[in-house]
Amino acid sequence: MTERYDAIVIGAGHNGLVCAALLAKAGKKVLVLEADDAVGGAARTRPFAEGYSVSSCAHLLYQLQPDVIRDLGVKIDLAAKSIATVALAADGNHVRLNGGSVEGVSNADRDSLRDFHRRMTRFADLLQTYFNKSPPRLANGSTRDLTTLARLGFDLRRLGRTEMREFLRLVGMNIFDEVEERFESPLLRGALCLDAVLGTHLGPRSPNTILTYLYRLCGSHGALSAPAGGMGAVSEALAQSARDRGAVIRTGKPVRRVIVENGRAAGVETEDGETFASWTVVSNADPKTTIMSLVGARHVETGFVRRVNHIRMRGNAAKLHLALDGLPTIDGLDKRHFGDRLLIAPDPNYVERAFNPAKYGVYSRAPVLEITFPSFRDTALAPTGRHVLSAVVQYAPYRLKAGWNGEARDAFLNTAIDTIASYAPDLRERITAAEILTPADIEREFRITGGHWHHGELTLDQFMFVRPVVGFAQYSMPLQGLWLCGAGTHPGGGVSGACGRNAARMILADEKAA
Amino acid sequence: MKTDMKGNMNADMTPVAVDQGRKRSPFYSRLSALDRLNTWHAWKGYTSTDALYDADLEYFAIRNSTGVFDLTPMTKYRIKGADSLDYVDRLVTRDMRKIKPGRVAYAVWCNDQGRVIDDGTLFHLREGEYRLCSQERHLAWLTAAAIGLDVQITEETDDIAALAVQGPTSFSVMKNMGFQGIEELKPFGLTHFDFDGGELMISRTGFTGDLGYELWIDKAKAEPLWDALFEAGKLHGIRAIGTDALDLARIEAGFLTAGVDFLPADGTVRSGRSRSPFELGLEWLVDFKKPNFNGRRALAEEKRRGSNWRLVKLDIEGNKPAHHSYIYRKTKGRRKQVGFITSATWSPVCKQNVALGTVVMPHGAVGEELLVEIYYQREMHWSRVMARAMVVEKPFWDPPRRRATPPGKF
Repeated sequence: MTERYDAIVIGAGHNGLVCAALLAKAGKKVLVLEADDAVGGAARTRPFAEGYSVSSCAHLLYQLQPDVIRDLGVKIDLAAKSIATVALAADGNHVRLNGGSVEGVSNADRDSLRDFHRRMTRFADLLQTYFNKSPPRLANGSTRDLTTLARLGFDLRRLGRTEMREFLRLVGMNIFDEVEERFESPLLRGALCLDAVLGTHLGPRSPNTILTYLYRLCGSHGALSAPAGGMGAVSEALAQSARDRGAVIRTGKPVRRVIVENGRAAGVETEDGETFASWTVVSNADPKTTIMSLVGARHVETGFVRRVNHIRMRGNAAKLHLALDGLPTIDGLDKRHFGDRLLIAPDPNYVERAFNPAKYGVYSRAPVLEITFPSFRDTALAPTGRHVLSAVVQYAPYRLKAGWNGEARDAFLNTAIDTIASYAPDLRERITAAEILTPADIEREFRITGGHWHHGELTLDQFMFVRPVVGFAQYSMPLQGLWLCGAGTHPGGGVSGACGRNAARMILADEKAA
Repeated sequence: MKTDMKGNMNADMTPVAVDQGRKRSPFYSRLSALDRLNTWHAWKGYTSTDALYDADLEYFAIRNSTGVFDLTPMTKYRIKGADSLDYVDRLVTRDMRKIKPGRVAYAVWCNDQGRVIDDGTLFHLREGEYRLCSQERHLAWLTAAAIGLDVQITEETDDIAALAVQGPTSFSVMKNMGFQGIEELKPFGLTHFDFDGGELMISRTGFTGDLGYELWIDKAKAEPLWDALFEAGKLHGIRAIGTDALDLARIEAGFLTAGVDFLPADGTVRSGRSRSPFELGLEWLVDFKKPNFNGRRALAEEKRRGSNWRLVKLDIEGNKPAHHSYIYRKTKGRRKQVGFITSATWSPVCKQNVALGTVVMPHGAVGEELLVEIYYQREMHWSRVMARAMVVEKPFWDPPRRRATPPGKF
């Protein structure tokens, strides 16, 4: 006899866990099925060499929504908060910034950054309001949606005439032009550009990279923290919160397909052939995986399939993990600043040039990097006196022309290490183990089509009302009983929990309406 | 062959040679030999005849003997593969599980919004293999519909030569051709014969509302087929016909033409210019028992809320064809414009002034009397009549011989 649940969540990524916990909190009998042996998805801590552990995908926390924390009452222990950023300079004259304040630049730049940050956080606050709401459906006449839309217009207008114009001017623009106009220091410009393109298939000259920059500021105005025990600790806390409310979480249970009966979702079947029944199936997987693999194109309509198939989600970021027998030396960097986030993006053109080859299926010879030493503040991640380096390395296109075989991966690993080593000459001799996850590896390990950890490029054509696709931004899919709750939905990627929370609220509201 | 210099390039940046002329059907040699009027028009890239000698006489061939129409330019796709049944069943609104091999289905297909992309015929050639035949080109949509299914879509418009052989004596012509067992072929049935060392497909289908067949063959065998057909039909009044005659016949039969009586949804820009199957009087083609098909959700919603338009067949007083006329309804002594005519003709065989039109709901129920504003010209001067028009249910022309199996010998 197949066991019946009120809701089944496919995937125990952080959004899936938030969704499950909120459904369970509302008294639902919830089952979460996770393919991997541990919960967390791309928010996980896992060993990568003996004695060394690392946040295997997302490695800094800056977007977890206060609403999520409040609704679930979870407590996240932080190993570090308000982590500063150091833009590394070849000559050792680094620039250190944190939010609106910066050291190592001219007074003019310092003032400019303060103004820039103030304005950007104000705009981000506007976006942030809509993070924790289902996007309104355009032109369907519902009062609630019309109110949300009117509110959006009102909020925009309330910025004041000048600021509203500025917002509308900037939101579709590229970050390159804006930082060129505003700042003198190439390092500062480069650092801001890198933040705008992290994790995307965009260069600083690509359109709407101001939007992606604003997106990063939603949640904590870009203030970075590191959870004690790595990202996995966040997921563990969310999972515990779900379990405490009665949700059942089963790991090592990959779902093979969503069972469709008479035109509606009726449950799921796992790879081992077990079936679970439910009239509510919530997928934490990305939209492509959900529709094309788990549901099957034949159960939904052609126009919808075509749109899902066209979601742009080819990853262009790799994740580098190094096990080190000690901290390397970086010229001009004080030892106490190894807890900071270090950037290799010396100027905007460097970032754009790193992106150039990726457009043609070739990885960057001189990549940009976001480097952290998580073990510096969180000693549990490495044996005593030893360290872990965790870095995002761009660009590494998912569709590498030559294909991502072992050889290409090793070559890119060496390129990444060499790039860091040009700032830290003794790095190589400190490495005891190394691992790089290309988008192809990310696709495999985290089961994300295209290896794009935002589950879809964050661009205006895939944002808000039209995320994941036009007409279906309200978490319910055009198959009765099927919902999405992952980063492919509004608002998008990042460890925010907003997608999962919004989805849960829509599911509960839908049930109430029925 | 001209070279297109406007930017069509091969991979090595040499210009692609594009034939910008009109294609000639494999029957062109035979048609042009019979042609006396030299009036040709473009039909989907082919040169196609309006009329060869006299449109009226050609029309009477359809109704009184046998008319032969070259329908090679009709868009044809081959649908093949393990999932082909699931594919066509999701594509069109009707239940394709009921259409067994050897059967043909008239069908419409919609986009996700339940708006009609086109209508056409689906031939279930053999297990797991279909031919879709339509007025417009649809490769982009058909390819999108194949995403995630094991099915191959091949455009075969240019490869398959096709003739419509229509009229009361068409069965006798087929018999004379020596097709054994053709008398067993029911309406919307299809069968295969050997012809000249190749395969000839014959379906009992057509666009005239009369007894008739359509013949489908590899283009290399087109001319021998034509010759054999005209030889066999010599004593049965066989005549080649053009588009004018066919168009007259199809209006009498109440058949729709895409681009005339409705616009394919993917070609409309303004809101409200596309149509649902309900709005085209094709509700009988929509099967909500199917759990999923393109447009199902939107059509279920439309059924609940009601449609905006209705397609009507009109029997109009007088003998002046109501081309492009406005349709009015008289309520409380006031005339209100409620729609427009899309196809109109004087029907020689029915002796009726007939038309197809579109009216806004709730107007146009069967039996309702409407007014049609007809403009006509006499010696340069324009005149106008307000003709009464009755909404009728049945096609204007629907003789029993169309369905009789075996068909009668005439």
